[in-house]
Order: sequence, then structure tokens, then C-alpha cells
Amino acid sequence: MAIKVIDEKCIGCSKCQKSCPFDAITIENKIAVIGDACTNCGTCIDVCPTDAILQEGTEKIIRDLSMYKGVWVFAEQREGKIMPVVFELLGEGKKLANEIGTELCAILCGSNVAGLTDELIAYGADKVYLADAPELEKYTTDGYSKVINEAIGVYKPEIVLYGATHIGRDLAPCLAVKVNTGLTADCTKLEIDPDDKKIRQTRPAFGGNLMATIVCPGSRPQMSTVRPGVMDKAVYDPTKKGEVIKLNAVFAEGDIRTKVLEIVKTTADIISISDADFIVAGGMGLGKPEGMELLQQLADKLGGTVAASRACVDAGWADHNIQVGQTGTTVKPQIYFACGISGAIQHIAGMQESDLIIAINKNENAPIFEVADYGIVGDLYKVIPAIIDELNK
Amino acid sequence: MRILVCAKQVPDTNEVKIDPKTGTMIREGVPSILNPDDANALEAALVIKDENPGTEVIVITMGPPQASEMLRECLAMGADEAYLLSDRAFGGADTWATSATLAAGIKNVKKIDLILAGRQAIDGDTAQVGSQIAQRLKMPVVTYVEDIKIEDKKAIVHRQMEDGYEVIEVQMPCLLTCVKELNEPRYMSIGGIMDAYEQTITTWNHEDIGLSPEACGLNASPTQVFRSFSPPAKGVGEMITGNTVNEIAGTLVSKLKEKHII
Amino acid sequence: MYFSEQNKMIRKLARDFALKELTTEILDQVEESGEFPQEILDKMAKFGFFGIKIPKSLGGAGGDHMSYVICMEEFARVSGVASVYLSAPNSLAGGPLLLSGTDEQIEKYLKPIITGKKKLAFALTEPGAGSDAGGMSTSAVDMGDYYLLNGRKTFITMAPLCDDAVIYAKTDMSKGTRGISAFIVDLKSEGVSLGKNEHKMGLIGCATSDIIMEDVKVPKENRLGEVNKGFSNAMKTLDVGRLGVASQSIGVAQGALDEAIKYAKERKQFGRRIADFQAIAFMIADMATKLEAAKLLVYNAASLMDNKQNASKEASMAKFYAAEICNEICGKAVQIHGGYGFIKDYKVERMYRDCRVFTIYEGTSQVQQMVISGMLLKK
Repeated sequence: MAIKVIDEKCIGCSKCQKSCPFDAITIENKIAVIGDACTNCGTCIDVCPTDAILQEGTEKIIRDLSMYKGVWVFAEQREGKIMPVVFELLGEGKKLANEIGTELCAILCGSNVAGLTDELIAYGADKVYLADAPELEKYTTDGYSKVINEAIGVYKPEIVLYGATHIGRDLAPCLAVKVNTGLTADCTKLEIDPDDKKIRQTRPAFGGNLMATIVCPGSRPQMSTVRPGVMDKAVYDPTKKGEVIKLNAVFAEGDIRTKVLEIVKTTADIISISDADFIVAGGMGLGKPEGMELLQQLADKLGGTVAASRACVDAGWADHNIQVGQTGTTVKPQIYFACGISGAIQHIAGMQESDLIIAINKNENAPIFEVADYGIVGDLYKVIPAIIDELNK
Repeated sequence: MRILVCAKQVPDTNEVKIDPKTGTMIREGVPSILNPDDANALEAALVIKDENPGTEVIVITMGPPQASEMLRECLAMGADEAYLLSDRAFGGADTWATSATLAAGIKNVKKIDLILAGRQAIDGDTAQVGSQIAQRLKMPVVTYVEDIKIEDKKAIVHRQMEDGYEVIEVQMPCLLTCVKELNEPRYMSIGGIMDAYEQTITTWNHEDIGLSPEACGLNASPTQVFRSFSPPAKGVGEMITGNTVNEIAGTLVSKLKEKHII
Repeated sequence: MYFSEQNKMIRKLARDFALKELTTEILDQVEESGEFPQEILDKMAKFGFFGIKIPKSLGGAGGDHMSYVICMEEFARVSGVASVYLSAPNSLAGGPLLLSGTDEQIEKYLKPIITGKKKLAFALTEPGAGSDAGGMSTSAVDMGDYYLLNGRKTFITMAPLCDDAVIYAKTDMSKGTRGISAFIVDLKSEGVSLGKNEHKMGLIGCATSDIIMEDVKVPKENRLGEVNKGFSNAMKTLDVGRLGVASQSIGVAQGALDEAIKYAKERKQFGRRIADFQAIAFMIADMATKLEAAKLLVYNAASLMDNKQNASKEASMAKFYAAEICNEICGKAVQIHGGYGFIKDYKVERMYRDCRVFTIYEGTSQVQQMVISGMLLKK
């Protein structure tokens, strides 16, 4: 596939040049020229006002991919417990397998983990490939990638999904090189092309400012890591039956070159408001300093932190280091709860770039509702406990 | 000891703006910077150099000619040698092809005892290249490193997990990918900047590192971009109503769950 | 057109450093306490900021005048007082030593201020001798193997924090400017005392006071340069000093302009952003144009100096113009902020106060006019 400019249609407006994420376009003699850094992403095609850019298909010799069948999910387990993301992958994997018309399998590595196969089958796996060996008790890149590489070589899945956990993102790239195939990271959406049954993997790039749909046309298996919390969990059906296939997991001296000396769990540190993904902020509508405690409860539930408007800080209800606004800090969290905050420009200037703004205020005319994505007119002392209740369900 | 650092020049994605009319990303005017995680990797190498005089720090990058600016920054911070892998043939590479090119380049650099890389770049966000380079060079790799101690021929590192960390021992030569919690990268110094422009940056093309044009760039990439698009723009705000507080809360939470925000 | 690759990278460094180290919290603390954190000064020394254009052979970073201008600009953009600390070793303190210092004096007094181990003040002004520097009355009597200094210097930047000072005194009371010599005085010497810390309008965080000398014995080897040749040492130092103040001015002005633009876009009145009203928009156009002109005067002066050409007139013009428009720009920035510009929580309030002295110190605007017209109207 190549991107071509139709010179006669090009008006040299340079919109394509400005939008190219890879700086691959120059304007020469008022015509756009596609350079070597082009990755065929097609962004320029969308922005051209005169339809002067098109994508040309080219014939490519493709290996015999028909030998590769099945959707596999890497069943990551830690200390004998299957990671929650695996159930999401099984849910998504089932959808993909059904669309292709193939089976869903799980591949499980560990030591004394045979007991987990039932759970995987109940969550939808038709087969579980099991590698059980003492060397696999703790995750090591060498250990797990050796076993899975061998299994992929023997059983030839067409798709393998991994959770984009610290382990998944360590394991998958190594396997991609071992297996000689493509890997797409942090996918947020997976689809099957109805015609050729190949996977289309959509993921964020450029810090989330651009979405890209990736394909892996000529290599197998097509591999993706998927972020936890993105896909829907599979349905649990304890009556479901499945097959367990034991894998040969034998290791020689020097196969595993890292040693896990110790595992340390730490408690979460206090996040600063600049770094927090979720912020619950309070204003004068709190009415009293104790209101901050209620906000803290919601923040704890979300795994976020509290913040305050200037008025609250001036009243002594909160410290200046959590003040949001023109004379405080500017924040850009995923969710910003504005509770009892009227929405004066001095405050809004500090939080308007948040991904999602949820405003709770008694006054339906409060300016905060103009910037909120979701607005609730009500008493925050009633609404917030109700939200916490809902989250607990 | 000779430590090699893999670095990438990236657009500062925190400064990217979206065109309000077309909804597309405006790349123009966005400054190029040394990828933050790579700065942590370089800092780790420089700390080892501070503690072990005689250590040499080498920086390598694959990029267009202007990536040499980023290499000068690394020299100004204290690196000793800089290599730029630049060739039209390298263009359009996915992580597989990029790691193949960098691995070939690294093989060309004399005797390396340790390779440090950033965990991921802020444009691609894949975290794949470091591990893949290690795989190609047949080196053990530890990712998400937030602490490093070198003892003889071993590295004892802390590998960050979601809920804590693991202490891992790995033989050198090895490759470590670094996260921002590892250290605070130092500033360049004024004297360092003046010196950096006196030093040579060695530039290699595909022939210099023994790669055929089919083995690099877009040609050698198993994955391709099918299409790209801007994330959907935020719509106008919505008021959530209901008969009871619980109903309202329920509606809100289900909307948040739908969007996979919680 | 003026900037080399090194200059551009130095700008990046200076900007990063200023933004990261000089946070609003720290600057507010400095304003409250009147003290500047030594840790930040240590960092500045570590990364070469105290010897920007001093040759490598003397322990400096080997940069050029343009690099100095750039660093001053970027620091001043964030904090006026930080740029004062930056300028001292590069300008008024380092200057006299570089011009006239013997190898021993350079080793003993210049090198430690580059590494940040010591601080050195520049003491020319007296209660009765400001613009009329030649009218000073501090005396230095040759006593054989030492000089005896008596007198009072006033408004000396950083005096309470310094170890030593370059003090200009009359070795020949019968002559005007041709009777002045320069001396390096240890401020812990017997007979040296300091006046109280002045309560200034701005640039809070850098203590300023008088230096009083009563029968202070200064060893012969501490005379800097030749006898009665001190005034030209001071004037040549002030030439470069002017470049420094001009750079501070364009820096602070840029900071004020940035704030004004940001505020104009955010603040809404009568249903729209105040930036959409021509009165405000045209103010911003004026401010930006004058700032651009000032910048070019400064960069031109630095460029001439880097090409080893005489830039006395250009440096004077740069200081004169930049300091004046900086005050104008800061004033307009406060105006654009309306009532909020009068409140200390908003950055422009401090910028307005800080920049007031730029048209005064290191040669008032009126002295600059004298210098410029003097050069043009020579007989």
C-alpha cells in the first residue's frame, strides 16, 4: 500500500503536511510530496480538502497462513491467582473466535497451577494449554517465553492476546521476536475483518492524541496486548466443558538467566494532584471543612485524590498544595468531580482540560455546568454517598 | 565498563494540540525532545560513570538527521560517544523492524557491557523495542527497572510491578528498560553544551550496519497502520436527572462504566 | 539569525532549569523570607551558570555573550531576583577581575565565584555619588605596604551575602575619575561593616546594603589593576553589565506579556474574552512589537561583542530601551489583569515591582542618554 498525491488536484494548502504525525510530507513548488518516513497511516487523506491524496494497493506475496488456527489468551497468573484482565481477554477472545469460526484457548504457565484450568474453561476457553514446572513458579522472561514460543510453534494459533500488565508487556515483545511476528501494544479495540478474517487492532498513540488501527497481514500469530479494564468480562459458566493439554516444560541449565530474589509489596503513596487520574474537588458549596472528608471517601474509592477551590483554601479547609485554579495548580485528570464549586473562571482555567468533568451543585445556573460533561443538580451530601454506594455494588 | 543507551527523539506529546475544526492532531510547532524514559536510562548510565571513573557512556538512536540534535543533548549531559542510524530505508519501521535496525547498529559498536533503554517512547507508547533488542542480541532483559546496583558482572535491579516490586539478579551483559521512578535526569551543563558541538556523531546507514533494504523500515515491518483517526471529540455536556438520588447516581456510574473509565 | 546551535541548546537548558527549579512556591517563599535558597544557587554553579562566558582555562563554561544574554532572559522570564544572582559572577563581579586581575587574583577570587563557593560584590555607588560616579569620596591612601580605605558604599547588591567586594576608591583626591583605583576587599576585614538590609520595592530575595569602611587595611596585592586606572575598569565592566540588565528587561517583559496574553484569553466580560476587544488586543500588539524591537537591540549588542567589536553604544541603547519598555509592558500587563493585577497572587504584580529598578541601576536611563548622545555628538 502506498500513499500518492494527485498533483493536478493538489492546491498546496499544506494541511496534509501540518497533520502528518511522522513529518513525512513536504511542499515543493506548491505540490505536496510524500517522503520516506511515510507509514501509510492515511491521516493526510482525511484532511485533504480537494481529495488529492489516495492510497494505492499493491500486491504482496503472503505466506500460507491457513495453517494457523485458534484464538489464544495468555492466562497470566500471579501467586496462584488468575489476573482479572484474563477474564476480559477471554470475553473478547470468544467474540473474535466466534466471528472467525474457530476455537478459544488459554495458555497457562506456573507451578502447581493445574487447579486453575477449570476456571479458565468456565470463562470460555475450549482448550487450556498447561505448562506446569517449578521453574515457572515466578514469572521470568526466559522461562515463560521459551515455553510459549514452543507451544506456538507446535499448535500454531492465528491470534494471541496478552493483558497489557507489567508482565504481559515484558513477555509479548520477546515472543514477537522469537516467533518472528508482529505485536501491537495496548489495544483498546479488536475487530475481525469480515472478508479476510484478519484482526484489526486499534490503539492510542502520541500520548492518546491519535488512534491507529493496525493490521498484521503476513505474519502469524497476530499478537496484541490489551489494557486491563477495557474489554468486557466473559460470562462464567461452570457447566462448560473443555480440554486440558499438557505442554512439555523442561529447562536446561542456563535457560533462565534472571533470578527473582525477593518480592516486595508496597502501599500506595500519596499522589499529587498534577499526577492524579481521578480528582474529587470541593468548593464553598461544601459549607464546612468536614465536607472534605466525604470527598476523600469518593477519591479513595476511585483511587484518586482530593483538590479544592481557592475559596476553600482561603477558608482554611484545605491546603494550598491541592488548590486548583489560576493561582493554584492546573490539572488534566481523567475524571474531575467539581462538588459545590460554582465555576468561576479563576477555577475553570485550572481544570477545563480534564478528560471528563462531572459537576454537582445545588444551583442549576452555576457556571460550572457550562464546562461539565455530566451535570447533577443536587445536594452533594446526598449525591456523593449515593455514588459511593453504586461504586460498591 | 562500556554502557550503551538507546535513545529516541520524540515530539513532546504533552504539547500536542488538536485542530478544533478538523479534530486532527497538529504536529507543527510541537518541540522535539529526548524521550523522557530514555533520559532516565541515560542518567542511570551517567551515575554509574560518576561512581566508576573510566566508564564510557555511548548513545545510539535510529532516526532522521535532526535526531542528531537529541544526541548532542545526550553528549551535553555527559555521554562520551554518539551514533546515529539514519537512512531512508529505515523509514516507516514498526517496532520489529526498529529493533532489528538498532540491534544491528549495536553489534557494530565495540564491546558493550550493559544496555539501558527507556521503558517506552511517548509517541509510540508500545514498550516493545527494548525487549526486542535484547532478544535479538540474545541478552537477558529486565523491564520496568526502578533501581539498579552493579556488582562485578551482575546487576541487581528492582523491577516495578503494579503493587510493589521484585528484586531480580541478572548476569551482564544484559539489557534493562528504565522507568521514570529510577532517577531524576540531570540537566545539561553550559560547558557540556559547548563541548558537545566539538564531538563527532558517527552516522551509519543500512550498509554500514550490514542490513539489506528488505530487512529494515516499512518493508520489514510485520505490522502496518491500516488507518489512523482522531479520538472522538467531547460532545456537549449532559444533565443527569432522576427521581431519586440513587437513580441519578446509578445512571452516572453506569455511564462511566460504559466508557470504561472505571 | 543570531543564534548558533549551542545558543539554542543553552536556551533550552536555561528555560528547563528556570521552570523546574524556580517554582511558584519557591518564589513566593523567597518573597516572604527575603532569602534565596542556597541549594538552587549550588545547582546553578554545578551546571555552569556562574561562568557562562568565562573561558574554560579559567574554569568557566567557555560560552559567548549571546549565551549569557539567553540565560539571563530565560531566568528573568520566571524570576527577576534569580536573574540577579545569575548575573553577579558573570557580570559585575566577574568583570573587573577578568579585565584587570593578575593570575593570583583570578585564582583566589574569580574561580571560587564560578564554582559558587564564594560570592563577590561590586561596590561603586556612594550616598553622594550615583550617576556621578567620579564624584565619590571613598579614599584609599597608600601607606607603603598597604592601602588604608575609608568611606561608604551604598545600594550594594548582595553585600550581606558576600565574602569579598571589588571596591572603587580615590587614590588621588585631587583628580576626578582619573584618580580612582579598584581594590579587592575581604568583607570580614577589620573596619568593614555593613549597613542594614534595605527594604526594597522589588527584587526581594537578594539583600542589598551599604558597605562602611573605617580605616580598613587592604594589602598591596589586592589592588586590582593599575593605580588611578580603576574608573575605566568600572566603565568597561558596566558595558557588559548593561547587556545583563537589558537581558533581564527583555526576560521580565516576556514573562509579563505571556501572563497578559493568557489572562486576556481566559477573562470574560460582556459575554466575550477581553482579548476580543480591540483596546486590549491593540495593547498586546504594542507590547509585543516593542519587546521584539528591544530583543533585537540586545541580541545585536551581544553579537557585536562576540565578534570582538566595540559595542558600547549598542549596549547602552539596548539597556536604555529594554528597561524602559519593560516597565511599560509590565504596567500594561497589570492593567490588562484589572483588579487582579494589583493582587500579589498574580505574577504580574511582582514583575511590575521588580522591573522598576531596571531603568535605574547600572546606569540610569538618563546616563544612557548621555552615553549615547555623547558618542554621536562628539566634537
